[in-house]
Amino acid sequence: MNKTYEKYYVPAQSPWPIVGAVAMFCIAFGAGHYVIDVSKQQSGFGGWLLLAGFAILIFMLVGWFRNVIDESMAGLYSAQMDRSFRQGMIWFIVSEVMFFMAFFGALFYGRVIAMEWLGGASNNAMTFAILWPDFQPSWPLLKTPGGIETQSMPAWGLPTINTVLLVISSVTLHFAHVGLEKEKRGQLKLFLLLTLLLGAVFLCLQGYEYIHAYRDLGLRLDSGFYGNTFFLLTGFHGLHVTLGAIILLFIFFRVLKGHFTPEKHFAFKAGALYWHFVDVVWLCLFVFVYII
Amino acid sequence: MTNTRCLVWSLPTLFFAASANASTSMPLNMTKGATEISQQVYQLHMTIFWICCAIGAVVFGIMFVSMILHRKARGGQPASFHESTKVEILWTAIPVVILVVMAFPATTTLLAMDDTSAADVTVQITGSQWKWHYKYLEHDVEYFSLLATPREQVANKLAKGENYLLEVDRPLVIPVGKKIRFLMTSDDVIHSWWVPAFAIKKDANPGFINEAWTRVDEPGTYRGQCTELCGKDHGFMPIVVIAKSEEDYLAWIQQEETRIASEKAAEQELLAMNMSMAELMSTGEKIYQGWCVACHQATGMGLPGIFPALKGSELILNDRNGHIDVLVNGRPGTAMQAFGKQLSLKELAAVITYTRNAFDNNTGDTVQAADVFAVQQGKGE
Amino acid sequence: MSAITTEHDDHAHDHKPSGIKRWLFTTNHKDIGSMYLIFALVMFFLGGSMAMVIRLELFQPGMQFVEPHFFNQMTTVHGLIMVFGAVMPAFTGLANWMIPMMIGAPDMALPRMNNWSFWILPFAFLILLLSLFMPGGGPSFGWTFYAPLSTTYSGDSTALFVFSVHIMGISSIMGAINVIVTIWNLRAPGMTWMKMPLFVWTWFITAFLLIMVMPVLAGAVTMVLTDKYFGTSFFDAAGGGDPVLFQHIFWFFGHPEVYIMILPAFGIISAIIPTFARKPLFGYASMVYATASIAILSFLVWAHHMFTTGMPVFATLFFMYCTMLIAVPTGVKVFNWVATMWRGAMTFEVPMMFALAFIVLFTIGGFSGLMLAITPADFQYHDTYFVVAHFHYVLVTGAVFSIIAAAYYWLPKWTGYMYDERLGQLHFWCSLISVNMLFFPMHFVGLAGMPRRIPDYALQFADFNAFISIGGFLFGLSQLIFVWVLVKCARGGVPATAQVWEGAEGLEWEVPSPAPYHTFETPPVIK
Ligand code: HEA
Ligand code: HEA
Ligand code: HEC
Ligand code: CUA
Ligand SMILES: [Cu+2]
Repeated sequence: MNKTYEKYYVPAQSPWPIVGAVAMFCIAFGAGHYVIDVSKQQSGFGGWLLLAGFAILIFMLVGWFRNVIDESMAGLYSAQMDRSFRQGMIWFIVSEVMFFMAFFGALFYGRVIAMEWLGGASNNAMTFAILWPDFQPSWPLLKTPGGIETQSMPAWGLPTINTVLLVISSVTLHFAHVGLEKEKRGQLKLFLLLTLLLGAVFLCLQGYEYIHAYRDLGLRLDSGFYGNTFFLLTGFHGLHVTLGAIILLFIFFRVLKGHFTPEKHFAFKAGALYWHFVDVVWLCLFVFVYII
Repeated sequence: MTNTRCLVWSLPTLFFAASANASTSMPLNMTKGATEISQQVYQLHMTIFWICCAIGAVVFGIMFVSMILHRKARGGQPASFHESTKVEILWTAIPVVILVVMAFPATTTLLAMDDTSAADVTVQITGSQWKWHYKYLEHDVEYFSLLATPREQVANKLAKGENYLLEVDRPLVIPVGKKIRFLMTSDDVIHSWWVPAFAIKKDANPGFINEAWTRVDEPGTYRGQCTELCGKDHGFMPIVVIAKSEEDYLAWIQQEETRIASEKAAEQELLAMNMSMAELMSTGEKIYQGWCVACHQATGMGLPGIFPALKGSELILNDRNGHIDVLVNGRPGTAMQAFGKQLSLKELAAVITYTRNAFDNNTGDTVQAADVFAVQQGKGE
Repeated sequence: MSAITTEHDDHAHDHKPSGIKRWLFTTNHKDIGSMYLIFALVMFFLGGSMAMVIRLELFQPGMQFVEPHFFNQMTTVHGLIMVFGAVMPAFTGLANWMIPMMIGAPDMALPRMNNWSFWILPFAFLILLLSLFMPGGGPSFGWTFYAPLSTTYSGDSTALFVFSVHIMGISSIMGAINVIVTIWNLRAPGMTWMKMPLFVWTWFITAFLLIMVMPVLAGAVTMVLTDKYFGTSFFDAAGGGDPVLFQHIFWFFGHPEVYIMILPAFGIISAIIPTFARKPLFGYASMVYATASIAILSFLVWAHHMFTTGMPVFATLFFMYCTMLIAVPTGVKVFNWVATMWRGAMTFEVPMMFALAFIVLFTIGGFSGLMLAITPADFQYHDTYFVVAHFHYVLVTGAVFSIIAAAYYWLPKWTGYMYDERLGQLHFWCSLISVNMLFFPMHFVGLAGMPRRIPDYALQFADFNAFISIGGFLFGLSQLIFVWVLVKCARGGVPATAQVWEGAEGLEWEVPSPAPYHTFETPPVIK
């Protein structure tokens, strides 16, 4: 190693990106065909290709991260590189925020604009009078203009418990971080584990809520705009919680192996940042999807 | 026109099009149209156009002068100035002023176009793949308007007529001098109703109603087209509007009302009658050519993957009532529309009989208006 | 992995890995840049061939070569390929090659991810192209895929289209993150923000736009997918949705997207004009601010594509005013370029010729854009060939010309050889004349009333369309000259000096030509 100046470590060739690209191909091509197969109730290779894609993706991620971890443990990374990773993570989260914005935007548009217009507001008096004279605009949209009926998901109950759980999990994760920075490994492990548990309980409750919605409330993905936004927003959030939990799980294992120092722990920070982001999304969800 | 003649002619036509004789060549500018609003739009268009030309002349002028004068070949030494806040502010402020000047007439015209109140006649326009439906809200008059250009002309088997692709079987008729309000909507995808002479272009969105209005000064025939990509035959969905004097318009409305009423009466009689195979087949073929070919094709083969073949269709061959049902109720959520609302019983009976026997389907049976009626009333089984 | 630590020593030498592995496994910004550029060129030809199918069918009235349904697929896939497959990857390729060299960085900040972003692209387009061969054909709903044509009424390939756009988007986002982080974090000491070359600045802002809007596109395609296959009704009034909602989401992405395709072009022109005018860029700071203003405004104008959808009039007015405002910062840029030329000492090598053509022709495209912004007039222009003329002026004689200019400008730095100036000039003049034959008459055809996206038209448009098609064929053939120049230059020629152009300034001109495989092992000193 050339140590004469703080050098920016440019990794040599790596097979992982192309493996990752193949994985993306299998996932996209497989998912596309899988969706077509399911919609036509036929069997095809789509589902298998999709699974294969995920398998390759996991293989790639494991390999890639092992490289990164080895390099990091070998001290190849400078403070500047740490900054690169951190900034990369921040911008990635910005892009995630924008992804959720698309769905929140749809929710606002549906509630504040489309629904009112279908009920004759603004320049749509004739829309109401001629096309949907029986429609009564009110949110949650329990009866669509086309006549699909459903029930709403009350905010006080499971969702509130879930909110509390997630908020606490953010706090516990913060304590874990403090533990890491103060070199208190016991605190770190305990609180990280706690965070993971809270996340897992959240997911279970969410799953239970879905069952409740489908079975008891008749609230389904295809129950009109309310059901659409409810399930897509909470669903994508749930996926992100799952992903965040997997990341934290890996970090937990690394902690057990004794990785991370009070100064250098990018992976931990990234995982934590992601978890906090997912938390904030939930708070918005709780307010906009459940409460108002 | 043959390819070579096209080649030979296109060059000179382009350059001399402005002076070429007006009857055959294309107008080179936006139409002034036939309404006050369309004149305003034209004026607006010309104003911005000339402003842009002027700015262009100045900017490109300076640029070309500098390209000619300040070239290295003339031995000049480059200057080194590269900043001036004063100039930057100047050439920020001037465009702002120009834009404000443009915004005024644009705003007034837009507000005028938006005011659909106090109309004399209201017509509901509904687009569907690929035809327009007109409904006069004050009268019992409604009908579909389909492309009238024969498919043979499109396929280059017949010489193309003067109004190739811009002709319909039943035009929209409106009175001159009256404020007409249009309510636009759609039964399937988004279409857009455009008649340049009225400066109206409004999207027909399924499930919503948009409004527009016009007041036409001169009687005449005005042509337009659908301008929102609406699937395969988006290019074959023309609009023809005939503006008539008030008396002519009222006479026409009368005539249509009686026509539609008598057709309805005839429907009732029809239920008791049997039409002959030959009659059904010949009417059916006509209907098929007008209403079905776009999707299911003249050969009845459809387009694999999007429009199913009628030739040899299991449904047609084995399930007579199912066949009638598809025509009457369509397949919700697909491009197959409910033709029960669009065609008369007679026409439905004819086209069903036709598709049962054409394309080697040869089921040999006829479907009568009464059969269709039974399915329509839910008594098919 | 110990292998990497040992290989790492190789960096000290200018050591290129060889064979196919070099390209598959690379982490080198120059290799990746080259792959992006070659991919973009291939896609340009593919998308161009589809445009040739369009022009062939439109050569004469009547249907002669293809079915209307296939025509729609050609239009759609032409638009998608040109936008996502040709112009965007070409700019990313230029960013990869030039940004590290311009700011004195050793490479991109996240080199492995860089390779991943690239390699996703060929797969994404493979999926899109394969879908053309499915029963029912590929996507045929226009590159704007308006619902419900793309949902309830679309063919089976829609699912493939959706997922292919998803992974294209992932690729763009990763590419953009890489650019932003590189610029933010890897500038050599002394390379302050306001010393960065404009190409770097414009790309920085472009990357920001990409990160803000690509996820929104992902959201839009996701909703299309669930509407078509999972029974949601985001875009269906019967379920409480609105087809126009789709357009809002799409154009919230779509309008910034068109600036994504022009801001880097502004950067390129801002590099070329000073070089050949031998005079520093006029108003550097105001150029930076203008770029930023355009980017910010681009989030406030999306509904100018939707004037005919029946929005309430106050919304229409808001979007009209905001759209008109964009002319101001764009004007500042044009004026600054002209002021840079003023009293310079200009020479007219090929990059300069394309840059000059860019300024004139892009401005013409900008003017027609401004006309489109005037709502009442847009009611007449909308969805006619006037719009087609507008966006091809800004995209072909704008974005594509700037990419060609950049290729000529930096080719000697990439290959180490000068390109053939005479062939280059021939390419320029052929392109300039044919491109105007191709797109200028479209203004007239549009004003006379020819809608876009139609496979057949009324007889009055016949002569003009024949002329346009001829222009199109000639423009396509002219691009073969370009390929010839590129191949010739890659194979050899007059060796290029480090500075290449007399008036060129900047870090990239201080390293030898061809640029060594690894530039700036140690950060350079910025004067
Ligand atoms: C690179 C891509 C690019 C760029 C840069 C632009 C730039 C602009 N565009 Fe364009 N546009 C597209 C790509 C682009 N566009 C595409 C692809 C479509 C169609 C999409 C589809 O439907 O498929 C489209 C469509 C489109 C529409 C919708 C038309 C319709 O469908 O009805 C409108 C309407 O406002 C518009 C406006 C503008 C404006 C005002 C600018 C401005 O940014 C232009 C600003 C520049 C200038 C004005 C010139 C220079 C300025 C001066 C010299 C200063 C002085 C000038 C004045 C004060 C007048 N564009
Ligand atoms: C950057 C983007 C970009 C670029 C570079 C181009 C380049 C071209 N475009 Fe395109 N175009 C779009 C973006 C672009 N376009 C978009 C977004 C749409 C809207 C799509 C929609 O409506 O959904 C569109 C739509 C569009 C239409 C309207 C279609 C319709 O409404 O139905 C037409 C019609 O003429 C057209 C033509 C052309 C031509 C002739 C070129 C030429 O410049 C291409 C030149 C290149 C080549 C020809 C390839 C290279 C040469 C060869 C392969 C050699 C052999 C060639 C010969 C046979 C001569 N384009
Ligand atoms: C806009 C396109 C369109 C038009 C116009 C159209 N159809 Fe169809 N038709 C379809 C589609 C799409 C289907 C397949 C529906 C499905 O997926 O179940 C279909 C299905 C059918 C079927 C059932 C075929 C089978 O085997 O299941 C029949 C019969 C039929 N159409 C007859 C007609 C007739 C007769 C007309 C004219 C009066 C007509 N269609 C007009 C698009 C169209
Ligand atoms: Cu209807 Cu286009
Ligand atoms: Cu725009």
